[in-house]
Amino acid sequence: MIVTFLRTSLAAAISLAAFVPADAVDISGAGATFPYPIYAKWADTYKKETGNGLNYQSIGSGGGIKQIKAKTVTFGASDMPLKPEDLKEAGLIQFPTVTGGDVPVVNLEGIAPGELVLDGPALAKIFLGEIKTWDDPAIKKLNPKAKLPSQAIVVVHRSDGSGTTFIWTDYLSKVSPDWKSKVGANTAVEWPAGIGAKGNEGVANNVLQTKGAIGYVEYAYAKQNKMTFADVINKDGKRVAPDAASFQAAAANADWANAPGFYQILTDQPGAKSWPIAGATFILMHATPEDPAAASEALKFFSWAYEKGGKQAEELDYVPLPGAVVALIKKTWAAQMKGADGKPLLH
Amino acid sequence: MASRFCTESWIREGLPSFFPLPAVRICEWPDHWLRGAQLAGLADAPCKTTEKNAVANNLAIDNAGRESAEARLANALVGFKLRDNAFRLLTQTAAWTVLILLGGVIASLIVGSMPAIRAFGLNFLSTEAWNPVTEKFGAMAPVYGTIVTSLIAMAIAVPVGLGIAIFLTELCPYALRRPIGIAIELLAGIPSIIYGIWGLFVLAPFLQEHVQPGLISAFANVPVLSGLFAGPPYGIGVLTAGVILAIMVLPIVSAISRDVFETVPAVLKESAYAVGCTTWEVVRSVVIPYTSVGIIGGVMLGLGRALGETMAVTFVIGNAHRIAPSLLAPGTTISATIANEFTEAVGDLYTSALIALGLILFVITFFILAISRYLLMRLHQREGL
Repeated sequence: MIVTFLRTSLAAAISLAAFVPADAVDISGAGATFPYPIYAKWADTYKKETGNGLNYQSIGSGGGIKQIKAKTVTFGASDMPLKPEDLKEAGLIQFPTVTGGDVPVVNLEGIAPGELVLDGPALAKIFLGEIKTWDDPAIKKLNPKAKLPSQAIVVVHRSDGSGTTFIWTDYLSKVSPDWKSKVGANTAVEWPAGIGAKGNEGVANNVLQTKGAIGYVEYAYAKQNKMTFADVINKDGKRVAPDAASFQAAAANADWANAPGFYQILTDQPGAKSWPIAGATFILMHATPEDPAAASEALKFFSWAYEKGGKQAEELDYVPLPGAVVALIKKTWAAQMKGADGKPLLH
Repeated sequence: MASRFCTESWIREGLPSFFPLPAVRICEWPDHWLRGAQLAGLADAPCKTTEKNAVANNLAIDNAGRESAEARLANALVGFKLRDNAFRLLTQTAAWTVLILLGGVIASLIVGSMPAIRAFGLNFLSTEAWNPVTEKFGAMAPVYGTIVTSLIAMAIAVPVGLGIAIFLTELCPYALRRPIGIAIELLAGIPSIIYGIWGLFVLAPFLQEHVQPGLISAFANVPVLSGLFAGPPYGIGVLTAGVILAIMVLPIVSAISRDVFETVPAVLKESAYAVGCTTWEVVRSVVIPYTSVGIIGGVMLGLGRALGETMAVTFVIGNAHRIAPSLLAPGTTISATIANEFTEAVGDLYTSALIALGLILFVITFFILAISRYLLMRLHQREGL
């Protein structure tokens, strides 16, 4: 019995050992949880097409940044872009992969999805705890036709650090000087009001359970769970609904060319159709990687993803980057990603 | 004496297949090896050197047979020694590993929290702000939340737990004791995440709709209590977390109380009943005074669990870094804060502040458990165990 068991496990170990070197070009990455579903899907398809595997661990953006700085992974992933000076200091380059964003979700009796509209200042005041009831004049003014109850507003925010929170607070900081000075933008902030819940699902459940609640969740999450979202008035003063087109418009209208290190947060972007609370998720790699072979494989993978992964991204309710942005990214790779010999990694 | 008998029986019945070693050498071995050898049928019981020699001299044995017997026994005893040493080493290593791990945990907590301690000093304990943007961190809100939720839990779990224990030991029909006892212990086996989910989906809406509005209106005009039960009924909050913790702590309190109640000598209770005491009087004047230290020990163990509980609390406490006077308001605890924020904590100071929170929790639970151990030890001493 035991001998058989030992023999089988030994055989398994040998076959595993044989398997690993054959797959030496396994790309390793770690970081943000938000893009994990699409990275996993891409990796699966890529493996089937090319035989090259990708191992992505969704440990959170903070962890991703730490891991790539410690050079334990080929690439790190973060929902919050690093500032150009931080990139330079760490010898990293940064590029976006897909876009997504936040959607305000509400629980109000008699209000259908998209019926309510809010603007940036009103959202900021609600999350600051200054607008306390749904029949506040500021909300009434925006929604003259809606039947707003005289109900206390229950703010629901993320309790865990998250790129979703970063996008949300960055937007509020851009549209409200008060928010910027009192709270600021980060993956976690000192919330002046409301209750915290863990993860998109935590926020969603708390909003669904609490009458008069407002929260924010990722677009994909809100869409897949058919939550009651609110429209938002964007920078151009137009009312927009959260859908793939408005997210893509935000990504397309952003000024990527003049954003060193692709440090571009897609909140409050110009354009009549732009969703104002959009955001991209980013990849971080060393400009001169220690393992050029693995890095060049990673670049091949992302290049493949830009060309062929768009449809899969849309299926999972991510928004692919506009072609012009992809062209810019490839130009950056050619110019900045170099092996030890100084030659570009991706030919 | 035993050895003498043993040897005499050999003389009567003939020698075993070998002859024992010269007594001098046998008696160098510690007693327990010899006992092992004896059990294995290799040697007789330990004995005095002189006796052995006397026996050996009395029996004229030819030297060759004697030497081969000596060698076999020596081999056997060396084997015992080796095995025993290896066993001791193994268990010793296991014991040391725990100590080293504990030391390592404390050391890494202290090292990890140094940046925060250096930056904030003792103010860390008295600051309510928790602002990752400006990197200003204070532990007061989580520490407050940890202590308040645990106190609510104990306020509910201790009376109920004692009630269960009294019912089980004094009043319950014999046939029901085991089923009820097992059901309560099963509560302790439910994973905390299940409590969390149940708390969020069942308990919180129930409290929000049926309990909290009642509390708010009932205490609206009572001076202190109106402040404790104020604000909109969120459903989740400090009180809900306390209730969930109470349910989780209940089996610990009731199981330990039941065990210590069973240590009360029947004679004491029967004497009390004999002089006409009611059950309540027996419990109040005999059972509880006799076991008070044990009860406190059990309560402390429950408190230790309540202080460290993470998942269930994270689900229902509301995770807000604020100290609100109202028990219905959202709050946070140390372990909930760490669980929520560690993955995405960017920057040394942020991470370090979270580790410092962990250190504070470690110190609090360490003291609670030390006190409970001490009290339980005193109980055992009194019982003469």
